[in-house]
Amino acid sequence: MSSTDFTWLIGGPQGSGVESGANIFSKVCAQMGYQIFGKREFYSNIKGEHSYFTVRVSDENIHSNVNDVNLMVSFDAETIFRHYDEISSDGGIIYDSELENITTDRVRTLDTPFKDRLHKLLESKNKPFTIAGVLELATEKGAKLYPVSFKSLLEHLSEEADNPRLRGLVRMYNVIGVSLTLGLIKMSSTSLVNAIDDIFSKKPQIAEINKQAANYSYNYASDNFENFKYNLTEISKQPDTILVQGHFGTSLGKMVAGCRFQAYYPITPASDESVYLESNEILEIENDRPGSTIVIQTEDEISAMGMMIGASLTGTRSSTSTSGPGFALMTEALGWAGINEVPIVITLYQRSGPSTGLPTRHGQDDLLFTVFAGCGDFPKIVYASGDIEESFYDTGNCFNYADKFQIPVIHMMDKFLSSSVVTCKKFNPKKISIDRGKLLDKVEGEYKRFAFTDDGISPRSKLGMDNGIFWNTGDESDEMGHISEDPQIRIKMMDKRMSRLDLALESIPINQQVVSFEVHDYTIISWGSTKGPIIDAQDMLKKEGIDIGFIQIKLLHPFPTEYVKSLLKDAKVLIDIEANHSGQLGKIFKQNISRDIDYHILKYTGRGMTSTEIYDSLKKIVENKAAKREVLSHGA
Amino acid sequence: MALKLGDYKTDVHNDWCPGCGDFGIVNALQMALYEMGIERDKATIFSGIGCSGKTSHFINTYGVHTLHGRVLTFAQGGKLANPDMTVVAVGGDGDGLGIGAGHFVAAGRRNIDMTYIIFDNGVYGLTKGQASPTLKLGEKTKSLPTPNTNSNVNPIGLAVASGFTFVARGYSYDVRHLKDLIIKAVKHKGLSFLDVLQPCPTYNDINTRDWYAGVDLAKESMERHSRIYKLEDTQFDPTVNYAGEVEVNEKLSQALIKSLEWGDKIPTGVFYQNELVSPYSTRLIDKIPNYLENPPAKQIISNAGLPNTDISKILDSLDV
Repeated sequence: MSSTDFTWLIGGPQGSGVESGANIFSKVCAQMGYQIFGKREFYSNIKGEHSYFTVRVSDENIHSNVNDVNLMVSFDAETIFRHYDEISSDGGIIYDSELENITTDRVRTLDTPFKDRLHKLLESKNKPFTIAGVLELATEKGAKLYPVSFKSLLEHLSEEADNPRLRGLVRMYNVIGVSLTLGLIKMSSTSLVNAIDDIFSKKPQIAEINKQAANYSYNYASDNFENFKYNLTEISKQPDTILVQGHFGTSLGKMVAGCRFQAYYPITPASDESVYLESNEILEIENDRPGSTIVIQTEDEISAMGMMIGASLTGTRSSTSTSGPGFALMTEALGWAGINEVPIVITLYQRSGPSTGLPTRHGQDDLLFTVFAGCGDFPKIVYASGDIEESFYDTGNCFNYADKFQIPVIHMMDKFLSSSVVTCKKFNPKKISIDRGKLLDKVEGEYKRFAFTDDGISPRSKLGMDNGIFWNTGDESDEMGHISEDPQIRIKMMDKRMSRLDLALESIPINQQVVSFEVHDYTIISWGSTKGPIIDAQDMLKKEGIDIGFIQIKLLHPFPTEYVKSLLKDAKVLIDIEANHSGQLGKIFKQNISRDIDYHILKYTGRGMTSTEIYDSLKKIVENKAAKREVLSHGA
Repeated sequence: MALKLGDYKTDVHNDWCPGCGDFGIVNALQMALYEMGIERDKATIFSGIGCSGKTSHFINTYGVHTLHGRVLTFAQGGKLANPDMTVVAVGGDGDGLGIGAGHFVAAGRRNIDMTYIIFDNGVYGLTKGQASPTLKLGEKTKSLPTPNTNSNVNPIGLAVASGFTFVARGYSYDVRHLKDLIIKAVKHKGLSFLDVLQPCPTYNDINTRDWYAGVDLAKESMERHSRIYKLEDTQFDPTVNYAGEVEVNEKLSQALIKSLEWGDKIPTGVFYQNELVSPYSTRLIDKIPNYLENPPAKQIISNAGLPNTDISKILDSLDV
């Protein structure tokens, strides 16, 4: 049996149910045994602008999207205008036949630069500026068209079910689109019905009419659509598989790691995590009464940071979740946490900057900013996860680093991860350990919060603890925590705090610092969410006999210089892959390793990288046809 | 062993200017903690930045000297995580009503059970006397090159409008009265605010100790002329006695009107108190019934180095 690799795209105006449609589709495919990699793209807008979801389905483990779409389902014109050219030569388009005569000018959300490019192309190909025009281009490339009038589908359905209310229910277009798809690819309809029940579990009446629509559309497609290459039959499920959304890794990780206080200010794409934590604020505790996470929505990110630090001083594992602009506001208090040796975890879901930038789009623009964030010299840890599954375990580690080294930890995530929906191995909470470092249970005798010790870490009391009184100040301080401007104390305190950077490098297990996916003559260095598309591209090349190495750097600050150096000693050509403009990891690499990066593969359109793009660029590099700086641009 | 007043004092050298009004406040605070018998390790003083920011180092309880304008954020986080602690936040008027004004307003909306004391002197002392938010329009204190071009913030009015449920004013040279106000504020169930008039002898040459004492108003006769008077010596009733729109509105409005009184007569004492508004802990208990018995700081999160949080139900719901 040949392997299945199928990419499906659903698009529509924001608010039209694109996301729930994609969730139903993903759920059905996952239940049929397939691996899922889904990704949502959307404008900074509540209703009306174009959003779309790409779901890649495979019987093998996948970690990325690819460029080609094998089947697109669209109930609005804009989706067709924007994505017709992504359909593979063996692919298809299910679309609302009522749209055929719609001109580009009728679609107000099509922006001028896009329209200008499209018009130029249609003109050169002698096609009208209509849906029919772009569909001709798609069919000329080989795509099959599956037109259906969504309106008459609803009318027939309403007659059949003898329910006139169904007639105008355009809100069900998403479910109809999904059902037509499943009918076309011959996926079982039982799991479709189950998935609808799941998604609308709180609204049984809505579930009921959606199921009617689903069955009707499914049958319509089975009866009327034919000659499609892709049939996805049920395969055997991989055991212990879950379907998760992007923020589940860090949210569930925080619950398990014992984070009991989270303060945040709403910002895309970070707030989902806090909202999820609050939705699950009461926690089940083994053999004990319930626990809870106090989630506070503050007046701004400055307050979120202050509250989190205040809570951490009581011994509570505390955190916040934010994005670049919010983190920019947090940097003053980050230094306070640094000089006061306060363990905190900031989960930083990056998006595209600068400033508001592309607020709902992806970017890895904040690496240099994060490494250097805050005034003055103070130690911090900057740590990056490569995928959602990893982020669960990494969250546990980040809290341990914070406690052990009494240091702020910034856990780098991004929009690519946050808006993904993927299958992965079920998280195992018992693989997370909890190490509170030198946090005291009780204090005996004279206590000095910032006592000088051999390893540079002082035993830590907590606000409200018997006999553990201490003082904090953002000023330089003595061992008690009182202000001191003495030059000798200054030297000792600075040395004490900064020494934990070395301590972190010595004591964080090496496999938590850097993950090596082989090293070859050509080796990639990268960090964060590029991991998925990189390992998929690596795999594609391997199948052609081309070996490319890859090291994923997770600990970005302090930088594991010696280990990275030793890993890369046999690599002849270094390729830096990042979703930013300046190759920020490359700069950090050069600063620490004094070695040049040979090629950069960069993307800063705000859309995530696909494995196809990386594959193409890597191939150019090994064929010696690449520019020193390959800039990627796939994605609407 | 019973604690003495001296136990609430540290031996940290106090470098405030001679005659500074801050001394009265720190003394009153120590006296209040002592009189209430609050264990030293069950109280935290959070402070902002500036001369007043050093307060936490002079008091022998937990002391957290935070950032300019941010003291309320740290204090609220600490109190939420460990609600058993007595929390007092202190800072200057520039700290709380200038750079920190947003936090001031937001704190009022939450009504967390703690106390905030503003050392109100009309100037930024530690940066050499610039105009602060409570300095009146057109006034020119010693180191201002030209008269103040901004109108002043009304701290009492802002607190009342923001939702603080205990709003009072003290005077730093009436230490006993101030101590009594601090005790009332700390005992209040909800967020209490104390605006303490505090002459800066170095930079504010307008609102001086003599000015508050009304020396300029003195006539040849020996009649009492101090500008400061106490609301409790009048018929003023600051307390919201029953839940009802008319009662609440009346008490809010009279507090606001009273807060506008300035000049030859300056009221001190309690302007407004409403214990019928739910403190934040009650709002949390509505969602998390055992919040106070098992608050974040007291929760056990691991067992022999392994997590004890059971998320299996959530994980099972994600099974494909």
